[in-house]
Parts: sequence; C-alpha cells; structure tokens
Amino acid sequence: MNLATVLLAGPRLVHLSLVDWIIIVFYFVLVLAIGLYLKERSNTGEDFFLAGREMTAWIAGLSFLSANLGALELMGWAAATYQYGILATHWYWIGAIPAMLFLGLVMMPFYYISKTHSVPGYLQLRFGESSRGLAAISFAFMTVLMSGINMYSMALVMKVILGWDIHFSIWVSSITVAVYVTLGGLRSAIFNEVLQFILIWAGALLVPIMGLIDAGGWGGLKERVAQNASPAYMHLWGTLGSFSANPMGIHWTGIVFGLGAIISFGYWTTDFLVVQRVLSAHNLRAAKMAPIIGAAFKMFVPFIVILPGLLGLAVLPFKLTGEAAAVATGGQSYNEVLPLMLARYCGPGLLGLGITALIAGFMSGMAGNVSAFSTVWTYDIYRAFIKKDASDRQYVLMGRWCTVLGVLISIGTAYLVMQFLSIMDYVQALFSFFIAPLFGTVLLGMLWKRASPAGGFWGLLAGTLSSIGMWAWVKVDPTALRYVALSPDARDMAENMYRALWSCLVCVLVTVVVSYATKPKPEAELAGLVYGATEIPSEDDVPYYQRPWFWAVIVAAVFVVLNIIFW
Amino acid sequence: MKSGGAISIWFFVGISLAVNGALICATGLYELVYPPQYRVVLYWLHANVWWGALLLVAGLVYCFHFAPSKVARRNAQSS
Repeated sequence: MNLATVLLAGPRLVHLSLVDWIIIVFYFVLVLAIGLYLKERSNTGEDFFLAGREMTAWIAGLSFLSANLGALELMGWAAATYQYGILATHWYWIGAIPAMLFLGLVMMPFYYISKTHSVPGYLQLRFGESSRGLAAISFAFMTVLMSGINMYSMALVMKVILGWDIHFSIWVSSITVAVYVTLGGLRSAIFNEVLQFILIWAGALLVPIMGLIDAGGWGGLKERVAQNASPAYMHLWGTLGSFSANPMGIHWTGIVFGLGAIISFGYWTTDFLVVQRVLSAHNLRAAKMAPIIGAAFKMFVPFIVILPGLLGLAVLPFKLTGEAAAVATGGQSYNEVLPLMLARYCGPGLLGLGITALIAGFMSGMAGNVSAFSTVWTYDIYRAFIKKDASDRQYVLMGRWCTVLGVLISIGTAYLVMQFLSIMDYVQALFSFFIAPLFGTVLLGMLWKRASPAGGFWGLLAGTLSSIGMWAWVKVDPTALRYVALSPDARDMAENMYRALWSCLVCVLVTVVVSYATKPKPEAELAGLVYGATEIPSEDDVPYYQRPWFWAVIVAAVFVVLNIIFW
Repeated sequence: MKSGGAISIWFFVGISLAVNGALICATGLYELVYPPQYRVVLYWLHANVWWGALLLVAGLVYCFHFAPSKVARRNAQSS
C-alpha cells in the first residue's frame, strides 16, 4: 500500500487543492524550523523547562491561552454548542475569566516569588514531599490522558475532512510535536504556541464572518436557531432557573459554583500545563499581566468556536447527531460541525489555512501537555524520588527523553480514547478527579498560614478519592445522580460540575480539620509561599496604565457587560 | 525584545502570515479569472482575495518591524 493510498483511505468531507497542501506542508516545515533554530538555546534546565524565564507578558500570555486552545476548544466546544446551544460559552466566560484574573492578581506572586518550577514544586515547598508526590503523579497521569484526547481529536478531523487514515494522522502529528519540543524544550513550545495562536485566528475567523452574512446577521441567526432547535439555545443565563429548562440539564448553581468557582479556578490556577507558560515570564509584573492578557483574548474565543456551532444549527441543511448515531447511520456527528462550516465557506487556500488552524490548535494542546509532563516527571518525580544528585545536563537529557516518552504514552492513550463516545464529558470527569481538590489545597496553602503539611496532603488525597468515589457511585447506580448532582434530571456535564464542587469542599474540610490537629510549619519557613508571610513588591512607581489591577478591572467590566448582553 | 533568540517570534509570525496570505490572495485572483466549477457558499464575496490580502499586509508589517537586523539595532540602543 503506497502513501497516497494510506492518506486517502476513507471517505472525506473536502478535497484539498495543491495550494491547500502547500499551506499545510509550509506550517509543518515552519514549526520544525523553529524547533531546530531554538535547539542551541535549550541546554540548561532553566532554558529547557522554563524557557530561561525571559518571556514578555504578551508572549507568556498568548502562550498561556494557546496551550489551552487545543482539540477540545476548537472541535469539542463547537460540537457542544451545536448540542447545547450558547450555554457552552460559560466555559469561556465565567468558566475562565474570573479564574485567570485571580491567578494573575492573587496567586501569581506566590508562584513567582517562590521560584518554583512547577505546581507540584510549590506544594513541596509549602506542604512537603508527600503532597508533591501525590500532585505530580496525578498530574502526570492526567496530562498524558489529555494529550491522548488531543491526538485522537486531531486524527478524527484528518479522517473526516481529508480521509486520512486515523493511525497515520496520530503518528505524523505526534512525531512532529515530539521533534520540536525535544529540540527546543519549553521555549520551542511557547514560540510555536504563539505562532499557532495567530494561525488559529487567521484560519478560523472567516467562518463566523461568512456565517453571519449567510444567516442574515445576528437577528437571522437567532430566528433560525429558534426554528431549527429552540429559543433556549440562545440564552446564556435565562434558562438556568431549572434543570429541565435548558438543553444541558444544568442549574445556575452548578455553573456558578461548580464551573465558575471550582473547575475553572482549579484548571486555570493549578493546572501546570497553563501555569508553566506564565512561570516563564521575565519578571513578576509580566507574570501577573500574562494571565490578564490571556483573559482579554479568551473572552473573544467564542467568536471562532461557539458562533460556528450556532451557525451550524442555523444554516446547515441537515441535522448532525451523536457519534454513535452517526456511525450507525452513516451521517455526520456534532464533532464535525466546525470542519463542515469550513468546507461550506472556504475555497482553495482558505480551506488549507482553516485546516492548518485546526492542526495548529491540536498541536499546541499536545505540545503543552508533553512539555508540562516532561517538567513534572523530571523535577517532581525523577529528581525528587529517583535520582536526587544528577547534574543539570543529565536532567535536561532526561527532559528530552521524557518528551519522547510522553508522546509515546499519549499515542497509547489516543487508542484508548477511541473507545469513549463522549470526549468532552470524559475530560470533565478527569478535571474533577484531580484539578478541583488540587485547587483547594493550593488556595489554602497560599492564603492560610495555619494549613499544615499533614493537612495539605490528607486534604488533597481525600478530595481526589471522594471525586473518584462519587464518579464510581453514579456509574454503578445511576439513581445516585439525584444526590451527587442534586437532581435526577441532571446530565453528565452537570454531574461533573457538582462532583468538582463536593470534592473541593471535602478537600478543604479535611485540610482544615487535619491542620488544626497537627503542627503547622514555622512562620519563617513560609516566607515567599503564603499571604501574610510574603513581601510582595510594590507597584507604586509604575504608571496606573501599566499596573495589572488596572487592566484586570477593564477585563472584568467587559466580562460583566458580555454576560448581560447575552443573558 | 526578550523572546528567546536573535530572531523574534513575531518575525516567524510575519513570515507565516505573509506566505499564507500571498498564496491565498493569488489563488483568489486566479479564481476571478478562471472561476471554479464547484463553488463554496457566498463565493461571490471572493473572501480569499480580501482575506489573503489582509494577511499578506499584516505579515509584511510584522516581517518589517521585527526583522532580525532591526531588533538587534533596537536591543543595542536600549542596552
């Protein structure tokens, strides 16, 4: 079987022209060239794992956002929008903006001043080795699963759009990421993430613009969505008064307290995949500004992700279904809404750029996972528990090998993920297993001096186990949903929201009880780690328009206005 | 600019936008002369012409502003 036969093994949505292929190949050449160019600047541990801590706020901020703008963001949320309507926007607004601002203004000073290289590294400084070990192992586990999901999504897109063999796509994309991250480390990942961010916008922005023209503007879109689905699909908050009044089967308390207060804070403030990008900033003010810059751009990502999903509901002449039904009937699934919209409006050249945008999104997510995995494995598992006295050069070598290892494990995970029908719900479940309790532990660690090392460890463990326990309970006995998610009408996403909330509360409760029963760290050892024991540099000599607070207030005001407009 | 090397990341961004923009715009112009048999929805807007031109201009601006020689000169002046 020759290469062309492998590539075009199945039916495909679109046919690429020569110019489309040139654009795609040019993208691969450019990202590999960047990796090769940066190889010489990644020889020390600080260079390889933290990009030399010399990134500007803009670069760190765009990379912070781009690392998250992976497969799930582009394909998954467009699909979720087709399925659930504008409610999916909550994952971009209340499910991100407050947490990103909180990271920049409140938590970043402790991460940055403590000079930690990772989130588990912070836990080691604050609570000791056992907490670090637990967080590092759970993070490593989660991050390779996420990476596998990214790969699977990408391969699915290639299969649907281009007819590429799914196995071939997985191997080509992962080898490319492995090469450029292994060569240039975090710096290479960040450079490529910024490039990918720009390409994503350049390639995806045209779809909503053309779609709105096609649908007859915003008014026409609302009218058509109401006809083809339901008026409830266009309300952000108005239908959240009861579980049964909206397509997602969720109550506003789940969105506000589960998603807005726990899952998003857990993800954006403690997931090392994104926090690592901010740690590469060249000074504290840049580190505080980076998440605020990220938040400003995050608010507008729904334009290229949510809007195409809504437009799909409005203008596509056929109905999309779930993956299982699509496979059974030979139709198209929700997951294909974004490529379908691309194919609808983008001719030769533009189609190549749109496909490149999707590939770029997938690769940035994958590179983020792999580089974070490499750092946590090398610093928080290998150096902490296996080989404490190796040289810096040996750790860099281990980091490079770990990048390859992480990619290989991710490939294995991608094949596992193929067995799951609902990608999004699966990832939400993962978040609530590990991320929500971790947020409780880190937050108490940063804001409460009395939190003891034993309290931190047992709280984190209890929160994680309670989350897994609740998940297993509902799996074994679906009627348990009425207790976990407060309603038998709740759906998977609502269950995940509430499980995150309960597991975080369990973590906080256990941490507080155990801390009061055990000995805290002396205050002298908390300097640089905890509020009240850390001197945070004053910004009085900086003009107001350069202060993080000033921009955070502006971003917060726009966030409030957007929520009111789309109520 | 502290972005990791003699060549700024924004220069790479400029190259990418300029090359992609040029290819897309040229394809759009070709389609104006030789209209394709199968056309996308809203073909008459010729999105590839104006979108490609926009990317090309943005890319050239970035390439010019963040050219390695210019960045090196700015860095030398500021240090």
